[in-house]
Formats: sequence, C-alpha cells, structure tokens
Amino acid sequence: MHPGDSPAREHGLRAALGRFFAPVPLMGWLLAVLTAVLLERHIGDALIDALGLPKIPVLFGVLVMLKKPALIPGSLAFTGLVYLIPVTLVARFTAPLTNGIAAALQRMPLMVSGLIHLGLLYLIFHLWTDVSDYRLITLKLMLIAVLVTLSINLINGYMGEFSCSHPGFMALGAYMASIFTVGLFTDDRLFGDAVFHTLLAPAFFPLGLFLGGCVAALGALIVAVPSFRTRGDYLAIISLAFMFIVKSLLENLEFAGGPRGLSGQPDWATLPAVFCVVVLGVWIMNNFVTSTMGKALNAVRDNESAAEAMTVDTRKTKMICFMFGAFWAGVAGGLFAHVLRYVAPATFGLTKLAEVLAMVYFGGLNSVWGSITGAVSISLLSEALRPLQILKWICIPLLLILVMIYRPRGIMAFKEFNPRKILAPRTGKAKGGTDAAA
Amino acid sequence: MNVNIFVQNLINALQFGSFYAIIALGYSMVYSVLMLFNFAHGDIFMSGTYIGFAVASGLIALSASGVLALPTWLILILTILASMVLTSFIGITVERVGYRPLRDAPRASAAITGLMIGIILETGVLAIYGGSRKLFPPLIPTVTFDIGGIYVTNVKVLIVVISVLLMLGMHQFVRRTRWGMAMRAMAFDFGAVPLMGVPVNHIARLTFALGSALAAIAGIMFALAYPVLNPYMGIIYGWKAFVAAILGGRGSIMGACIAGYILGFIEVFTAMIFPSTLRDLIAYTIILGILTFRPHGLFGEAYSAQLRL
Repeated sequence: MHPGDSPAREHGLRAALGRFFAPVPLMGWLLAVLTAVLLERHIGDALIDALGLPKIPVLFGVLVMLKKPALIPGSLAFTGLVYLIPVTLVARFTAPLTNGIAAALQRMPLMVSGLIHLGLLYLIFHLWTDVSDYRLITLKLMLIAVLVTLSINLINGYMGEFSCSHPGFMALGAYMASIFTVGLFTDDRLFGDAVFHTLLAPAFFPLGLFLGGCVAALGALIVAVPSFRTRGDYLAIISLAFMFIVKSLLENLEFAGGPRGLSGQPDWATLPAVFCVVVLGVWIMNNFVTSTMGKALNAVRDNESAAEAMTVDTRKTKMICFMFGAFWAGVAGGLFAHVLRYVAPATFGLTKLAEVLAMVYFGGLNSVWGSITGAVSISLLSEALRPLQILKWICIPLLLILVMIYRPRGIMAFKEFNPRKILAPRTGKAKGGTDAAA
Repeated sequence: MNVNIFVQNLINALQFGSFYAIIALGYSMVYSVLMLFNFAHGDIFMSGTYIGFAVASGLIALSASGVLALPTWLILILTILASMVLTSFIGITVERVGYRPLRDAPRASAAITGLMIGIILETGVLAIYGGSRKLFPPLIPTVTFDIGGIYVTNVKVLIVVISVLLMLGMHQFVRRTRWGMAMRAMAFDFGAVPLMGVPVNHIARLTFALGSALAAIAGIMFALAYPVLNPYMGIIYGWKAFVAAILGGRGSIMGACIAGYILGFIEVFTAMIFPSTLRDLIAYTIILGILTFRPHGLFGEAYSAQLRL
C-alpha cells in the first residue's frame, strides 16, 4: 500500500454480500419481506402441492427439515422460492425507488417516518401470522421476550449489576394484571361476576398492564434499597432471594389461586395490542438509555465513586433504573399472562431466570439491538430445534457457551440503536464494518 | 411447645444444614479462590449422586450374580470413592472447557457459562437415565435410635458426623498444606500469585476437583437419606449453596459452612413455627434482612466489589 492509493476492496463472501446489499434502506427490506409474505399467502398452497409438502412450513422449513429429513429438498425449495429469492431480488432492485421514498420520508418528522415503517412491519407480521396459529403465538411470545430482555438489559447491561430478580418482577406484573382483568371483567369463580363489560377492553387492558408494571416497580424497591450498600455478588443474592420470596408469596395467595395458578384471562392480548405495547416499550427504553439518565447508568457501572464525585446521584440512579426496568418487566409479565391466558407461580422460577439471562447475555449487553437479537434468536432457536427434543437442551447451551467464550459480552453488545440512522436512505458506498460515528 | 418436637426439628436442621454446608463448602472454595460463581455446582452434586447410583447398582449386580461377593459396607466405601474420583473428573472438565477460556472475561459471562453447563449436565443425565425417578440402593440398613421419645436414624448421625469431619479436614488442608496456602494466596490477590511462580491452572484444577469431590460425597449422603433421584434435584441445592456461600462471605470457607447450617436452621425452624407453605417466603426475608445489615456476609471482609462488565 502506498500513500495516495484508494482503499483496497475487501474480498470474501461477506464483503461481497455487504456490497451487494449496501444500497438497500430499511424501507427496501420491509417492502421485500412484504412481497415475500404476500407471495406465500397467494401461491403458498399451490407451491406446497407442487413440492410435495404436507402444509406451509411454519418456521421457514426448519421444523419440517428436522422432523422429516425426506422433505429437506422440498422445504429448502419452498423457502428459497418464497423467501430468499424474492427478498433478495426485490430488495436489491427496488433500491433506487425505496431510497427515494426513504429520502422523502427523511424530510418529514421522524415520528411520521417511524410510524410508516412500523405500520409496514405490523402488516408483515399480520400477514405472516395469518397462515397459522402457531406462528401467531410464537411471534407474540417473541415480542414479549424482546420487551423482557430489554428491561433486564437496563439493569444487567447498562448498569452492570447481576440481577436475578426479573422472574419475580414478571410474576408480580402478570398476577396484578390478571387479577385486574379477571376480577373486574370476567365471570370467574374466584372473584365473582364481572363488574364491567368486556367492551371496555381497549381502555382497560393498558390500565391493567400499567398497574402490573407499577406493582413490579414497587417490588423493585426491595431490591433497589439494599443495592445502595452492595454491589456485584451480594446484589445477586438479594435479587435471588427476592425472586424466591415473590414465588413463595404468590404460592400462598389463595385468593388468586395459589400454586394452581390463575386462568381465564380475557383474550385481549391480540397481535396489535402486543405489537403496540412492545414498540412503545422499546421506544421509551431507548429514549431512556440515550438520555442523561442513561449515561448516569453507565457511569455508575464503570466507576461508582467517580460518578458520585461527578455529581451523579448514584442512589437515585439505581432506584430509577431498578424501578423502570421492573416496570417494563411487569408489563411484559402482564402481556405474557394474557397471551397464555394462564399464569402460575411455577412459571417464574429458576428456569425462567436461566432463559432470560441467556437471552440478554447472548444478544449483547448495553444495547437495544442486542436485546432484540438475543430475544429473537433464543426464542426462534428454542422453537425451531423442538424436533430435536432432548438434544435441543444440549445445542442451545453449547451455542451460548461458545458465544460467551468468543464474545463474552454478547453478540451485539454496545451497539447503538439510532432510529434516524436506521430509517435513513443508504448512499450505496460500501461500509467498512460496524457503525462509525456519523 | 413440645420439647420433643423441638429437638426432632433440631436434628433435622442439623441434617439439612450438613447438606447445604458441604455443597456450600465446594461452592465457596471455587468462589473464594477463583472469584467465580460456579452455577453448575448443584448439577455436579446431582451427577455425583447418579454416578454413585451407577457404581452401586453395578457392584450390587456383580455381587448378586455371584462373580464377586462384596459386603455392603465395602460397596458403600467403593461407591463413595468411585463417585468422588469420577465427579472430580467432571469438575476438572467443566473447569477446563467452561471456565478457563473465560478467566479474563467479565464474571457475568462465566456465570452464564456455568448455568449452561449445568443445563448440559442435566440433559446428559436425562438422556442416559430417562425421566423416571431412580431409586438409590439402600447401602446402610437404617437403624432408628429412640432416645426418650426422639427418633434418630443412624443415617442422620452419619451425615452430620461426616460433614463435620469434612469441614475440619478442609480447614486443616487450607491452613496447613502448601496447596492450601496457594489457594489462600489466590483468594487474597489473584494477580500476584502467578508472579510468585505458583501454577494458577493447577490450583484452579485442584480447587474444582476438591469442590466436586465434596459435592459427590454430599450427593451420596443425600441419596442415602432420600433415595429418590431425579435429574433436576441439584438445581435448588446449587442455588441455596450459592446463597450460603455469599451469606458466609468471600474468602471464608468455614463461613460458608456455618452459613449453610444457618440456612438449614432457618428453613427448618421457619417451617416448624409458621405454616410450611410460607417457609421460603420467611426464610428468604430473614436472609435478605441479614444481608441488608451485613452486606459483605457474616465472616467476609468488606471489600468494594466492582463487578467488571
């Protein structure tokens, strides 16, 4: 290399793919996936008859391939023809058009552009899940997992604690929301007849979730106050003790079913509701971590004494972080209870803790992208590897151990989530690697 | 309250405390020496139990078939020895594969790795033995002593005696031997130890091996007292040992044992006084209270724990 040379082109498949897709903005990807989903909707049935598949593969063919190896060529063909090829072609070749749209949207307020993209995303989800109920519940649980993972990332990632209390927060939120909706809106043998009519659902479901979040936030005080004096290992124990306490408390709450659990939640956690709540949660939490308070969280993590010396009120920061994270965990718990329409204390034990910790550490600490990645990956893997039965519980932990060894902070740790950059049109120059400051 | 019931519960508390103490002992050794939460420890305890089950069943079958007639006491001793050795191999493998690559990584990553290794161990045992409960062969004929209305079985006495002996033995090992001195040095200042020519990897391996062997003994004793085995029995003991190790304080192995006994006592006496469904609630509230007032544990030194991210 001599001074004055233009930078060498990177070689290799990854670089080539990067160059191929570089001009595609988010709008392009959304339109491409929308095309694929519409394609599946309209020619799906005909295609599966032609390929000899029993029904439309629900999770991009992975389940079919694992259950019946004979159908591997057929499902690969289906996924290729319906998803991979259309998405690639539409994304790349409508790039000029979609870049134009993205540039036009960029001139409008961010909210308008964001809402249009979110609307498209919702349309994609709606059409995709129309095909089967399994897809619907998988997607709902995945969205809820994103919310939970982001809420625990606030405490474990941005503030650097090791908190094992999240199942407790979810449980509190789930129970409060369930008691609210079941008690007031359904004829139930535990609480008696409905007090209000179910038509009031759209107004009262958010209220129920909000109450669940508030109860969880109050519970977070029990973990936050001891955290003023302790950090690290001792906080882990305190949060663990909190989790056991909540579980035991709920098991003894006879008026809410005790260990048998509470069922009969009204069917209010529809896809639009879950989607709106999760998007709202991600947006609010992203704003929180990019605000001054979010920087305070990082300061408390990196060096508490220095932060205190720099006028950061560490007690207030810890308290706010715990309560805010717990609030969203409670909201996610409430959603979870209403999606499954059953909630029991046993769900919120050590298994749930392992699951939640896996998602946040796999995806990446201190990063909204990381939370989304971790939640989506672990949920999808968990579902997709189901036919492997017991092997699934060897594959997923092994994968996590590998990630921990090679990327100890997670796959996408510390990656910034900047809506403006995400929605911006792509100029088409090949990027070198991760985001540099614009 | 009936004195008999009180003393009976005291004996139960001693027994449970012994289990928690031995498991916490192994946990706390790794924690003090390597600054590491080994969340797989409970599952190592469970593996020790299953290995003991396999060895004992094998030896009993051998005896029964007439090839090699072994008296029951010999089978018990061989089971304990074999289980200790094989479980310490498992512990060494866990250390080599899971924790050594993460020695410089943030501790949270090592903790997650531990959790995952635990899941792999559980799944492995589930795959080998299936989901149905296994019955550990009764290697000690149960003899119940009736002391003035209080019933004590020989198994309970054996458990408490073995635990106390193990604790004293470990204490002497750490205090008197060179290996023990190396372990104390690593607990004191991890960075300086390799500069002094001490082979850190060897000591780490030894710590894990000892801890796992102790867990195996605890496992066999547990199986003698409660013979029904299932692959998920180790989880709750692992997490309780975690609580006991931290309650005892970092750097203090005896502290972890004493904290294990305290945990056992709190649990049993809470169940005795209050309705037993509230046991976890009250026991953990008490522990929360202790930690709020003595955040660095009962016997640990106060130190500023900056959890590296």
